Amino acid sequence: MNRREFLKNTAKAVAGITVPLAAIEILSPARVQALKADSSVRWAFLVDTYKCVGCGLCVKACKNENEIAYDANVTRTWVERYVLTRDGKLYADSPKGARDGFTSSKIDLGMGKLQDVKKEDIKKAFFVPKLCNQCDNPPCVQVCPVGATYQAPDGVVLVDRTWCIGCGYCIMGCPYGVRFFHPVYHTAEKCNFCYHRINKGLKTACVQACPFGARQIGNIKDPNDPVAKAITTERVGILKSEFGTKPQVFYIGLDEEVR
Amino acid sequence: MKNHVFRPLLVVIGLVVIVLIIRTLYVPKDFGVHERGYMYGWYREGNIAEWKTSVKVKYQGKEYCSGCHADKVQAIDKTPHAIIQCENCHGPAHDAASEHPSEQRPKLTIDKTRAQCLRCHSKLSYPTSGRTNIRGIDPDQHNPDIECVMCHNPHKPGLEGLK
Repeated sequence: MNRREFLKNTAKAVAGITVPLAAIEILSPARVQALKADSSVRWAFLVDTYKCVGCGLCVKACKNENEIAYDANVTRTWVERYVLTRDGKLYADSPKGARDGFTSSKIDLGMGKLQDVKKEDIKKAFFVPKLCNQCDNPPCVQVCPVGATYQAPDGVVLVDRTWCIGCGYCIMGCPYGVRFFHPVYHTAEKCNFCYHRINKGLKTACVQACPFGARQIGNIKDPNDPVAKAITTERVGILKSEFGTKPQVFYIGLDEEVR
Repeated sequence: MKNHVFRPLLVVIGLVVIVLIIRTLYVPKDFGVHERGYMYGWYREGNIAEWKTSVKVKYQGKEYCSGCHADKVQAIDKTPHAIIQCENCHGPAHDAASEHPSEQRPKLTIDKTRAQCLRCHSKLSYPTSGRTNIRGIDPDQHNPDIECVMCHNPHKPGLEGLK
């Protein structure tokens, strides 16, 4: 076989292999477009940081409801404390994800170090509950190599535990640090707005547990929904807007220090 | 085409066919591109239903408790603690009332610890946080060795409810 023949045959072989693969590929833009039926539900979350007192009852309820090992240092939702001092220092902590609340003025600096900030030195101090933002452009979903995590038609990003191979790309990909490995299933785990509850007409466990109404969940596509009304008419902020992820957890009273 | 080219080619084609057969058998029928397109909506559709049904609802809410304990709920509703869900201290109710006859019902573990009260009542004067407005104590100064419930009644949180 000379070189010309060899190249010809290689080209034929490559073409021959590619054709059946292309036929198997289910992607056709027209079909995808047709499937893009507009869903009437889009879950969104509203957090009022003025109301949060850092009791951590939401974290406790979430861990129990969603069967996340109670003593493992992982949680689907957590509460952060931000303390800004008069001399311009910023302290932030979330010991155990605030599972047991904030009961001391001492701030956890990590490595067992605690920092007490005196009442007189505090310029600003507040609590910020965090949970999955159920982004409209979820980066964690883009990076999944096996289609184990996805956005459901109602906007909630779910993880298919039977399909997840535990590669951890999504955990790295989430700019909000929401994802972790489930200590029992060894698959990627994240807040899913208590999917089993919201679809039964219940509130999420954290919303129900919060005594102060700092957390609210609603359907942003329903114009009569009080949460949708608040999000669309009040001044609300989102986290890390520069990432272009379009988060669907909105915050009242967000400060630039909050990341 | 010569034999030494055709034979390995057959092997390659055979391998591709085997992989495709395994793929069709292994990948569920409902796995594919859905509403949000390939980038966000490439998944197994049956998983949505699994999430809806596989997890049990544990926290039932105050209304559920008041089905049997209406007196308790009404009493606490007159106090500032009305905003707190029963299950925040009494533990998740699961579906105890419907699933078990009354004598076999599992007892709920009530959290009466000091730590539970301190979640809110450890005084933290944080401006721009609702915490400032809650009456609180310094846990290191205020009877550090005993449980709050020794003196205070969480169902009658005012000072007049002191035991």
